[in-house]
Amino acid sequence: MTLLDKLLQLLVAVVVFAAVMGVVLLVADRARGRRTDLVSGIAFTAPAFLLLLVGLLYPAARTAVQSFLDARSAGFVGLANYVQIFTQPDLVVVLRNTLLWVVITPILATAIGLVYAVLVDRTRFEAFAKALIFLPMAISFVGAAIIWKFVYEYRPNQQNIQQIGLLNQFLVWLGFEPVNFILAEPWNNLLLIVVMIWIQAGFAMTVLSAAIKAIPSDIIEAARLDGVGGMRLFFYITLPSIRPAVVVVITAISIAVLKVFDIVRTMTGGQFDTSVVANEFYVQSFRLSNLGMGSALAMILFVLVVPIVIYNVRQMRKVDGR
Amino acid sequence: MTVLDTKDGASPGPDILAAATSRSAAARKGLTSPWASLAALVIAVLWTIPTFGLFLSSFRPERDVQRTGWWTFFANPAITFDNYAEVLFGGNQPLIDFFANSILITIPAVAIPIILATMAAYGFAWTKFPMRDTLFVAIFALQIVPLQVALLPLLEIFVGTGLNGTFWTVWIAHSTFALPLAIFLLHNSMREIPAELVEAARVDGAGHVRIFTTIMVPLMKPAIAAFAVFQFLWVWNDLLVALVFAGGTLDVAPLTVRLANLAGERGSNWYLLAPGAFVAIIVPLIVFLSLQRYFVRGLLAGSVKG
Repeated sequence: MTLLDKLLQLLVAVVVFAAVMGVVLLVADRARGRRTDLVSGIAFTAPAFLLLLVGLLYPAARTAVQSFLDARSAGFVGLANYVQIFTQPDLVVVLRNTLLWVVITPILATAIGLVYAVLVDRTRFEAFAKALIFLPMAISFVGAAIIWKFVYEYRPNQQNIQQIGLLNQFLVWLGFEPVNFILAEPWNNLLLIVVMIWIQAGFAMTVLSAAIKAIPSDIIEAARLDGVGGMRLFFYITLPSIRPAVVVVITAISIAVLKVFDIVRTMTGGQFDTSVVANEFYVQSFRLSNLGMGSALAMILFVLVVPIVIYNVRQMRKVDGR
Repeated sequence: MTVLDTKDGASPGPDILAAATSRSAAARKGLTSPWASLAALVIAVLWTIPTFGLFLSSFRPERDVQRTGWWTFFANPAITFDNYAEVLFGGNQPLIDFFANSILITIPAVAIPIILATMAAYGFAWTKFPMRDTLFVAIFALQIVPLQVALLPLLEIFVGTGLNGTFWTVWIAHSTFALPLAIFLLHNSMREIPAELVEAARVDGAGHVRIFTTIMVPLMKPAIAAFAVFQFLWVWNDLLVALVFAGGTLDVAPLTVRLANLAGERGSNWYLLAPGAFVAIIVPLIVFLSLQRYFVRGLLAGSVKG
């Protein structure tokens, strides 16, 4: 396809979309009398609703059904796919890794973001300092994974071979042997998790920094006049005041972590015992063409997200009810 | 201070004030001690160096990149643009084509959900129809469905309609997946517009379409901009949707797909990987830096309310 063909496709899309929207608005505008609200309401919401029905709701329901079918979606196998996930050793490793990711990443990213937000709060270089931590948020997971490949790369310690990965160079400078980090199971999982923490800390910092700035200044001043400072100010005043924001940040990062597969795919391809559920979903569905197993993994992802969301909604209710 | 004032009818002595300010100064000092500054500096350096290393590597000659680390650049500086030229225009999979695909994917995939979501948000906020609130809650709830749950059957639908392997699939998929969050965020900020404005327009004889286009859309610009930045970053940086629907071909696949393949190839293409990654990073960075204001606003609105 030449660029001209592609632009033509874009143009067709624009025209089709504009025409559909034009008809919808025209219908909404023509409605008069007592039915105005009903017709307009339906016209305004119908396009989005239809798309969600066809593109999200129906496929999700089908996935739920497919997770009880075999690899080719032909025969009913009951819970076999799920049983396999919890018993087959290499799939159990996938579950273990996902657990590692979802426990470690939100806690560390939030802690680092929080500490940093407090440290640079109201300093002269605050805006610049924040931008540095925030920037990785704009980078794709693929880009971030490549950036960190340059940090973790390993070269065997032989004559005339120099390290090109920063981390191994540090080991060599300190007098240690270089390590092939990516193969070092199970620690290699932590190195992949570092990439996600590197991306998410900026998000945590931004939200928590806004929460810190929203603490009424008279509370802080009162505490300071009472001689509360430093660490105690942080633990007794700052942290309790921003608790709801901390819950929101941990929730958001947990959900993002469950769904991420780009980092694993780009850095290891899921080899060396580093796969996670989201990556295994892709491998099973599209590389091994096991639709049943892929669907079951997708459903597990969904089941893992739900309790996190429910907890978050409950926390919000508590705060609102106070 | 006021308590002291009324007690002895005079302003507090300078020593009391001084003691108070020095105490609060001491408290502040606790947080801005040299150790605190050092900790902040360490974090900032750890966060910046990996990207800096990639940036520097992208300009180093092929031989240097393959055999030495980027930090040796300072002892032996050599700069070239050959890596960029080769990765962008060389070979049978020039990155420039994937770059064009990324742009062609992103524009409709940002514009379509925004238009649909703004309209739907208006419908939910300012018109009445049966089951309105139930449907809105249902859409809100759809946010928690991971898109992995929809991918396989959606692919079947696309294959069935013969759309597979075209831009259409990627546009439709991205638009659909963005809708729940977009409707929710835009609905929230649309509810904040004063009802008097809408009432006044109604009295003047304006219908829903006119109220929508002449009052709502202009007032919603900041919220729309916030979501647009989000959606742009999400679509530009996406790998999963692109892999599933766009395949790996020059025809449709975006930058991320090509880069992920480049990174997965065994052997030594480090000198292409660095400039390639940097090309993919630079566009979102520019958008992000110039629209940071809106991005942060969207981030705070989305995280605190949702």
